[in-house]
Parts: sequence; C-alpha cells; structure tokens
Amino acid sequence: MNETKKALLEVRDLSVVFASAGRWRKPVTAVNGVSFEIARGETLGIVGESGSGKSTIARAVLGLVRPSAGQMLFEGQDITYAGHRQRRKVAADLSVVFQDPYSSLNPALSIGTILAEPLIAQKVNRDTARERIGKLIADVGLPPDSIHRFPRQFSGGQRQRIAIARALAVEPSLIICDEPVSALDLSIQAQIVNLLADIRDEFGLAMLFVAHDLSIVRHVAHRTAVVFHGSVMEVGPAEQIYGNPLHPYSVALSAAALVPDPKLQRERRRARSGLSRTPAQQTPTATTGCPFWSRCPERMSKCETVRPTLVRATNETSVACHLYGEKV
Amino acid sequence: MITWKRLTVGLRRPMAVACLLVLGTLVIAAVLAKWIAPDDPYQQDLSNVLSGPSAAHWLGTDELGRDILSRLIYGARLSLFAGLLCIAVAVLLGVTAGVLAGFFAGRVMILFDRVTDLLLATPVIMILLTVLAVFGPNMNAAMIALGVMLSADFMRLSRGSTLEARSALYVDAAQVFGLSRTRILLRHIVPNVLGPVIVRASTLFGAALFIEAGLSFIGLGARPPTPTWGSMVAAAGNAIYKQPWYLVPTGGIIVLTVLASNLFGDTLLDATVDGAARARPRRWSRLKKQRQATVVSATAVKTPAGNAKSDETLRAPAAVFERDARQAGEGEGPKTGLLSVSGLEVSFPSADGWRPVVTDVGFEVPHRGSLGIVGESGSGKTITMLALLGLVPSPGKVTAGKIFFNGRELDPSRPSSFNVVRGSEIGFVAQEPMVSLDPVFTVGAQLAEPMRHRGRMSSRAAHGRVLELLDLVGMPDPRRAAASYPHELSGGMAQRVAIALALGLEPKLLVADEPTTALDVTVQADILDLFRSLQEQLSMSMVIVTHDFGVLADSCDSALVMYAGEVVEQGPVDEVLSAPAMPYTAGLLRSNPYSAVALGRLPVITGSVPDPGAWPSGCRFQARCAVATPECAEGSIPLTTVTSHRRARCVRVTEAVRS
Amino acid sequence: MTSLPYARIRRRLELSLPKGVVTVGRLLARRVLLAVPLIWAIMTLTFFLLRLAPGDPVVQILGDRATGPQYDQLRHQLGLDRPMLQQYLEFIGNLAHGEVGKSLFSSRSATAVVLDRMPATLSLAIGATILSVLGGIAAGVYAALRKRADGSAVQVAAIVGQSVPDFWLGLVLIGLFAVHWNWLPANGFVPFTESLNGWALSMVLPVVTLGLAAMGSVARMTRAAMISALDREFIRTLRANGVSNRSIVFRHALKNAAIPVTTLIGVRFIGMLSSAVIVEQVFALPGVGTLAIDSASNHDYPVMQALVLYLTVVVVAVNVIVDVVYSWLNPKVRLA
Repeated sequence: MNETKKALLEVRDLSVVFASAGRWRKPVTAVNGVSFEIARGETLGIVGESGSGKSTIARAVLGLVRPSAGQMLFEGQDITYAGHRQRRKVAADLSVVFQDPYSSLNPALSIGTILAEPLIAQKVNRDTARERIGKLIADVGLPPDSIHRFPRQFSGGQRQRIAIARALAVEPSLIICDEPVSALDLSIQAQIVNLLADIRDEFGLAMLFVAHDLSIVRHVAHRTAVVFHGSVMEVGPAEQIYGNPLHPYSVALSAAALVPDPKLQRERRRARSGLSRTPAQQTPTATTGCPFWSRCPERMSKCETVRPTLVRATNETSVACHLYGEKV
Repeated sequence: MITWKRLTVGLRRPMAVACLLVLGTLVIAAVLAKWIAPDDPYQQDLSNVLSGPSAAHWLGTDELGRDILSRLIYGARLSLFAGLLCIAVAVLLGVTAGVLAGFFAGRVMILFDRVTDLLLATPVIMILLTVLAVFGPNMNAAMIALGVMLSADFMRLSRGSTLEARSALYVDAAQVFGLSRTRILLRHIVPNVLGPVIVRASTLFGAALFIEAGLSFIGLGARPPTPTWGSMVAAAGNAIYKQPWYLVPTGGIIVLTVLASNLFGDTLLDATVDGAARARPRRWSRLKKQRQATVVSATAVKTPAGNAKSDETLRAPAAVFERDARQAGEGEGPKTGLLSVSGLEVSFPSADGWRPVVTDVGFEVPHRGSLGIVGESGSGKTITMLALLGLVPSPGKVTAGKIFFNGRELDPSRPSSFNVVRGSEIGFVAQEPMVSLDPVFTVGAQLAEPMRHRGRMSSRAAHGRVLELLDLVGMPDPRRAAASYPHELSGGMAQRVAIALALGLEPKLLVADEPTTALDVTVQADILDLFRSLQEQLSMSMVIVTHDFGVLADSCDSALVMYAGEVVEQGPVDEVLSAPAMPYTAGLLRSNPYSAVALGRLPVITGSVPDPGAWPSGCRFQARCAVATPECAEGSIPLTTVTSHRRARCVRVTEAVRS
Repeated sequence: MTSLPYARIRRRLELSLPKGVVTVGRLLARRVLLAVPLIWAIMTLTFFLLRLAPGDPVVQILGDRATGPQYDQLRHQLGLDRPMLQQYLEFIGNLAHGEVGKSLFSSRSATAVVLDRMPATLSLAIGATILSVLGGIAAGVYAALRKRADGSAVQVAAIVGQSVPDFWLGLVLIGLFAVHWNWLPANGFVPFTESLNGWALSMVLPVVTLGLAAMGSVARMTRAAMISALDREFIRTLRANGVSNRSIVFRHALKNAAIPVTTLIGVRFIGMLSSAVIVEQVFALPGVGTLAIDSASNHDYPVMQALVLYLTVVVVAVNVIVDVVYSWLNPKVRLA
C-alpha cells in the first residue's frame, strides 16, 4: 500500500470514542486505530457485524461523528476536524447513500427539492440545477414526473434510487454507501447493486461500501476490509477474502455465511462445526490484546496481552494476527 | 412523530373545523364586543336582578341587573387575551430554547435541563400570587409569568422532537451535502417540531384559561365592575340559593372555550395517530415502513389497469373456495402429517369489499419434518404463518381454508379455536428477539407464565423447568439469565430465550418467523444449529418463514415458495433449489450475490411485487417474467404437479424443468 | 482497567446489594443532591421578587394612622431597614436550618403557620389523586379494550371532564348535592381527629371537584398507552405461546402502559396543589390556599416564603416517588 500519493481518501489511525450516557460509565471505543485508503475509481468494501464500528467509520469520514484521534485526508486536504465551511467544499466531491431509504429522505419535501438540496448547497444556479435533476432522474431509472411526487409514493427500491440520484447530484468523486441494500428484498437488492455498479463505471467513481455480508461486498468491491470491534482484522482483494480468508475472524465470518445450495451448505456446516470455538454470543472481554482473542480457535497466550498490528501476509493482503506476524 | 403533513390532514377533519369555528367566533365576538353586545355591560337595573333568560336578556341578568350575555362578551376580551398571551410567551420562549438546545446539544442541554427542572418544580400558584402582589391586580403580568413557567413544557417537548428529527438520516444527509444550518433548521427540523407544539398549545391554552378564570374567581383579577368570566362565576356562586341558572352561562362559556381548544388538539393528535395506523400495511414482515410505502405507491402509482382487474380478483376467491370445498370433500378428515393446510385464504377489508391478500395456500408438514416458507415482502408468507396460529391481525380474517393439526380440525376463521393449541402444541418464535420479549418482566417470569397457567405447574416446579429450558437452549448461566431483563441480553441470547419461551410446554410444532434475520451472521449460524439440534432432541416439526434461501438450504427439508399471496412452487428443498421449476424461483436464486461472478452484473428480476389490489388475472408474476407467454394471462393458473412430490404454478413448468 | 478508585469502590459496594436497592438508593441520593440547589434557587427567586413588591408590610400592620418613628421602630424590629443583601444572607442562613422567620402578623414561626394548614390541602390533593388514578385507569383500560363506540364515549367524556373548570364544577356540585338534594355539606372542614365520618363527608365534594379533570387525563393517557402496548410485538409472541388474554391485558400490557401514566400522575398531583388553592376557596376549607391569598395581600413575606418552601419540598418529594415507581416499572431506566 504505497500508492498513498494517489489515494483519494486516506484514513490514518482513526479512532472514535463515544462518551456513554452517565458520567461514571466508561466511554465506548467504537473505532480503534483504523487505517485504509481508497484510490480514484476504486471501491473498498468494509464488512463487519453489528457493533463492529463499520458504520462509525463511514460516519466519521462524512463528518457526522468527531474522531478522537487519527487523521483523514480527502483529495490531499485534511478533513479530520473540518468545520462547516470546509465540509461544504468537501461536499462537492463526497456524498452518501444511507441504509434506510425511509429515514434518509425527508417525507415533507418533493423529490425535486430533495435532489436540488445538494446543488443549492453548492450554489448551482436554478436552470442548471433543473436540467441536472432531470438527467439524474433518468440516470437512476425513475419516471420523469417523479420530481413532483413525495417519498411516500415510492417503494423501498425506488427510494433508494432517489437517494442514489441525490448522491450523484454534485458529481462526486467518492460516494460512501452505508449498507445501501440491507433493507431491500433480494430481487430489488440485485437491481440496486447493478445500478451502483453502472454509475460507478460510468462516472469513474470511488466508493466506500459498508455491508455486513461478505458475498455482496465481493460482488461490488475491489478490496475488502474486515472489521471487528473497531479494528481492521484483514484487508485485501475482495475475491480472496471471500474465497480464501486468512484471519481467523474472517474465516469464522465466511464459514457462517449461508449458501442457497443444500448439499454445499451441509458440507459447510460440517466444516464449521469442526472449528473449535466458543459461542459467538460471548462478548469479548476487555483486553489489551487481540479483540477476537476470546473467540479465536487458534488463540495463543500472546494474543491476550499483545495487540497484533496489520502486517503483510501476502502480496496484496494485510492481516492483524499473530499467526501471520511471526511468518514475516 | 407528528409531521406537518399529517397535521394538515387533521386540520381538514370536521371536528377540527368545528372547534376552530367556535374559537374563531369567540375571538371575533370579543374583538367586536362594542358592536355585537346587546347591552351596556355596566348598565345596572336594580329592579331586575338575577332574572332568568328572557327576551330582553337572553342569558338573564346578574346580581346588579346587568345583562349577562353582554358581560360575557366583554369578559371574553380579557380571558381570551390572557390565554393567548400566556401561550404566546410559553411557545416563543420554550420552542426557541428547546429547538436550539436540541440542535446544538452538548453542554447547553445540561443547562436547559436544570432550568426546566427549576421551572417545573416551582409552585405555580405561589409565583402567581407573588406576581399579583407585586404588580397589583394586573392579569397580564401574571399571565406572562405563567407563560414563562409553562415554557418549560414546550422546551422539553420541542427539544425532544428536535432530537428525534435530528437523528433522522435525512438530516445527516443534509449535513453531508453541506446545507447551511439555517436551512437544515427551517426545512428539516422545525416542521417536525411544530406539529406536537400546536397540539400541546391547544391543550395548555385551556389550562391557562382555567388559571386566569380561577384567579379572577378568587378576586385577584381585574377590579369590579370590569366583567371577567371568573368573577362572574364567583358572583353566580354567591347567588347559588337564589338563582342557580346564573351558574349555567358563566361556567358554560368557559367549558365551551376550553372544550373547543382541547378537542381541537385531540382531533389533530388523533388524525396523526390514525394516519400512521392507516398507513400501516396489512402484512407483517421485515421492514414495516417499507410496506407502508408500497401500499401507498400501489394506489398512487399503479395505472388504471390495476383497478379494472380488481373485479376479477374479487371474483376469483369464490372460485377457489368452491374448488377447495370439492377437494376437501374428496379427502375428508385429517391427513397423514402433523399439520395440513388447504385452500387457505386471508382477506382484509378495502374500499371495495374484502380483498384477499393470500389465496389458495395449501401444504403439509409431516411429523419431525421441517418446512420453509420463503418469499419476498408482499408474498403473504407472514400472513400465512399468522393464520396457522390464529393470529391474523385485525381487521383481517381467514375467509376460506381448512387446517388440520395433530388429528383435529381447527377452524381458521375462528381465532379462538386456536387457544387450545397455542403454546401447548404450537410454539412460536418471532423475528426480532429484542421486541418480542416483554421488556418489563424478567426472563424467568415470562418463561414461567405459560407453564404455570397452561401447564398448571407450581411456581417452584416452573422455576426449575425454566432453568432446564435455558440450559437446553444453550444459555451459559441459566440462573443469571432467568433473573435478567430482556434488554440486558445480547441479540443472540435474547433469541435463545425467545426459543425457550416457545418450547415451554413441549410443543409438537415450532413456528419461527424469520428467526435469524435480525442477527449477525455468526450468531445466525449458531441459532440455526440450535434449531436443528432441538428438533432432533424433542422430535418436533418446524415451519420456518424466511426470505433467505440460505436459511432454507440450511434448516429445512421441504420448501414452499410464495409470491404475491400464493404458492408458486413447493417440493423438497434439494430439488427446488437445484432445479427450480418456476421462473420466479430461478430468477431469485440467480440474483443471489452468492452465485454471481465478482464485479459482474447480477442477473435481476425487473419490477417489484404487485400489491393485493393490483394482482393481474392469470399468473401474478407474468409482468416480471422473462419467459411469459400470452397463455400466462388466461385465467388462474393452477398448481401443476412437476414430479411425484413437487408442484409449481406455471404454464411452462415442464419446459422449465426439462431445460 | 482505567476505572477510577471511587468508581471501583462504588461498584464493589453495589455488588453486595440487590440490584433494585442499588438503583433506588442511587436515585434517592441523586434526587436529594439536586433538590438542594433547586430549593435554594426557588427561595432566592421568590425572596427578591417579594421584596420588589410595592406596599410596605409595616403600613399593613400598623395601619396608615401611625407616626413616622413608629413605622421606623417596627421596621427596625422586623429587620426590614437593613441592606437587602444582609437580609438575604440572614435569610439563607436561617433557611439552612429549615426556618424562614416569624410571621409578621401572628409572631408565630411561619413554618408552623403553614404546617397547620397542610393537612387539609394534602388530604384534598391525595384524595383527588387516588380518585383520578383508580377511576382514570379503570376507564382508560375499558376504553382501550373496546375500541369502537364505548371506547370513544369514554374518550369524549374524558375530554369534557378535562374542560370543566374545577371551581365552577365545585359550585355546581354544591348546587346539586348540598342545595338541591341536601345530601352533603356545602362547605367547611371537619378534622378527622374530631369525627372520621364528618371528615369523610366534608371531603367528598372537594375531592370529586379536584379529581375529575385529572381523572379525565389519566383515562385518556391510559387508553392511549394501553392501545400502543397491546400493539407491540411481544404481545403477539406471548399470545402465540399460550399466555392467556387476561394476563396479556392486565399483566403485560398494563404494566407497560403504567410507565407513561406514572409520569402523568406526578404532573397532575403537582398541578392539583395549585388548583387546590382555588378549590379550597369554593368549599371554605382551611388549607394553605386561604393562607396563601391572605399572606400575599398582607405582604407577610415569611409566610409566603414558608409556603413556597413547603410546596417545593412536596413537589420534589412527589418527583422522587414518581422516579422510584418509574424505575420499578421500567427496568431499562438506569441512572444517568
């Protein structure tokens, strides 16, 4: 990962700590020293389970939560603690598609107004904006008269199309997609994934694609980062992480995924039960070592006390695990 | 949340209009008192004191022979102004402070909390008495003071709705897109705050009026002979032995005013609540909101063709019913399996009569068998499952069909006939463990309840059994689990508890509604393992409702694929998944990202599931089907036998399987 | 790892006690700590507000015929001639001992004067609360279960009940029950130490008068809360797993619905303390109401301060009770 000069987005040692409700309670570390970068036109997938901090990473990049440590560079400028004015400038190149297409569109505004808002913020003149909105609507496959309608008149898939159109309005170079298809039905999910892939290719966009499902990320992303309890466990080519994961947590995640093929699924189940493991429900105990330590089938004494850092395991893959640390 | 839009809907209700008319008339009468009042309110007539209603004095005369109606009209000036002044102060102060506190949050919030605490703990009446002592009998000063104290209420309210609006993703989006704070506040936040504020203001207007009238009543208002509503009630009280009638108009006017403003607020609130309830769809599944949109979009977006067809769909169920009656006539009595369902139809009332949302559903579950009902939202899978439990949500009902369970017939149109089997013979596990357990009872108390009441166990025996059950479902520390509340458990643990609840009375059939959808991947695998081992240990049958073919492949031996309210394919899971007979099943399996090529396009099914009102005649999938022929639109398509134990609802079944 | 020593000690302490006790104990401690500055702030506020009042208490006491020196002497005697700040500091000093000075008129301790009047007011407010809680919850549950005609009848009755001013309702009740039918006394208060029966009879009308509006709002809140509780997901799960309808309604739904209702009852009780002042006038009850009105018009500062103090303490106490009940009903409430 030496192409830092070319990186569109560069995140270094990002940490986000939330003060929990109650003065005496311990603050919660949602993101703990995460680093990654995204090149122009590249899609990075971030995969993790609930509470892994994957969405917090996305929200930090978007300026919706305040990092407690680390640095974020977007197109070369430091946006870590960007103020309102700087964020508005950044907004010309960075936009977002959220998971829930119901809450992400204001029910009281017409589709036209919703699509105009990013342009208003960038002070685009009215006529240009109107023209642009007409094109956006067509780009995402909605009927032209949609601009006069309201969000409640659209289904989930259609709303997500509107959200995508809004994200495209400013012609960004990076779109953050926070679980954009998790709330949709399978047949609609495929339509939206295709739409995202199409616009990405057409406009040469970079994407940060957050998901809880390895298979969808494999389908969309070039590279995948697997996060667990606020830390990156493994990062590398999406196909490799899906088919041949290295980190014990990635292995567990991949083994637990269900496949719609009964024979294959039976084999996978058998393989999974072969892994010695503690139940996934067990919450990780506070530790100075590896966050996955308490659930890891391959844990060593060192894992409890020494926190592994990301190291090169193969040409393209980095893993935060002592198993691989020793090899290098 | 009371949105601006829903509020305007409420404003159009007749009751709201009536209330506004009453209040408006009062205000106009007060303003135009000089011209409207029939008499001079100060004109005494000692020869005609305390008279009842008469032609000269419509509402009678008071203790000094003054015209009561005129005095009430003049009194309205003071009372209404006092109420409005108080509410204006309270709303301006409270809403401004509340919205700012909610929007900027942080330390400001703590300060506001302290100020509201202070204002809410202050003895209102003492402050008012003090203010009246300080400023003399000046009701305006007292009402401003009252407004300041009531502003605490609006502060809390508007801060709450600001926080709620602020947590909406569309506000996050507005921030990301770089909109100015002013625009975010005015376009995205304030409209959400105004609704609840208006509702509350109309209630508190009544309260302010009470206090104003009360203070005047005890003689702290405007000095006599100025007419005030409160002092007139007091005068009526003094004359209670001589002329009880006097009480009627004086109190009546206060009741009328306050009632109008209370009813106004209540109607608006009702409209918003009803609006939410009406928008809530009739089907139950993963994302309730999602369907809320689809239902509306169906009526709004669908072409008139959809309406033309609704007649046909209305006629269709009758035909289905006849056919089923015939079928049932042939094979009278229970069949071999544990559960047998045939010709099931569930309907909901719509503008044009009962509209079926699920039609002609039939299947069997053998002893120790496991059936997966799979489909997207809108397929009717959840309604089918609820019909099995006799829990079709009102106002829906089962309009046709037969259910045989464990050798007895249950009447699906009579939900109470399921009372005997629910819990004891059929257990149920819901989708989201966190909301499917009662948050205010401990796990132990909830698990023990069916055992004690249905199983007639002693409390000690039930407790012992609870611990056994919690151990059975793999809780690491049953004793601690029994003593904890649902919110103290993780999602996976809560789902284990929910499973234990369903197993309490050792049912023969376990019905699970998307039991792993809300869980993480690794937890999902553990829960499915648990289901499988429990099924073996307790030799139960299972019905799992899911949208996930992976769950089907993992945990079921037969599959029932549903689309738009009907069964489109059924058979052993291995065969259905390896060689789907229906283009819909095949399409869904292809668009599963698992099987697709990385970075390629996913094969898709275009369009979306039609809503019950918009089902076409013939095959309901035809509009989205890549291989549809004109034949597909001709009459209802029956379930065709594919192989000995497989059936599919498609005119091209044989071709599909051959290819 | 990083927890501070006091946090660790606190946690150890808590581990040795049952969970509920810890919660309630912490809650009480926190409430009392917060009440001190609250009472100070309210007392300070009213202290200065009262001193702003035009009109001189000395004139009120001696009448306007006395001579200048006589006024000055009394003013000196009462300490009213000293600088405001000095008076204030002294006042706060006394307040720390629970005293607010002597009544300017009766020369009795102001707190004692107020304490004499509290029983009538409290029995009125408590009686009205009990009435509104019992009646309101019963009506609300009934209305929630019968959503259609009966339910909306209760709803309408509740709104009308809330729209009737209590002082007028009191007069109407007197008109009907005392004047017309002559079943109950029109006014007056019989202390229950004198005659329990007389006390009860004398309280019936005032309690109904004060309680009716609150009953209406409790009924409406209960109905709304019951309907939303019965609509929740867990109700379906419990029903599906064989829990009886009776238990669903009266155990599960009612306990969940009681959470918002509890808050409302607290608010209504506090509101009743204010309304009681006016209702007492209607029935000529010797509660704090008459005292408040008299002392306000006489500029008897110490008595007014004592009234403010007691009422604030009652408000704080009610809030604590509501919090305790709330945390018992809702295990999710953890102290912030």
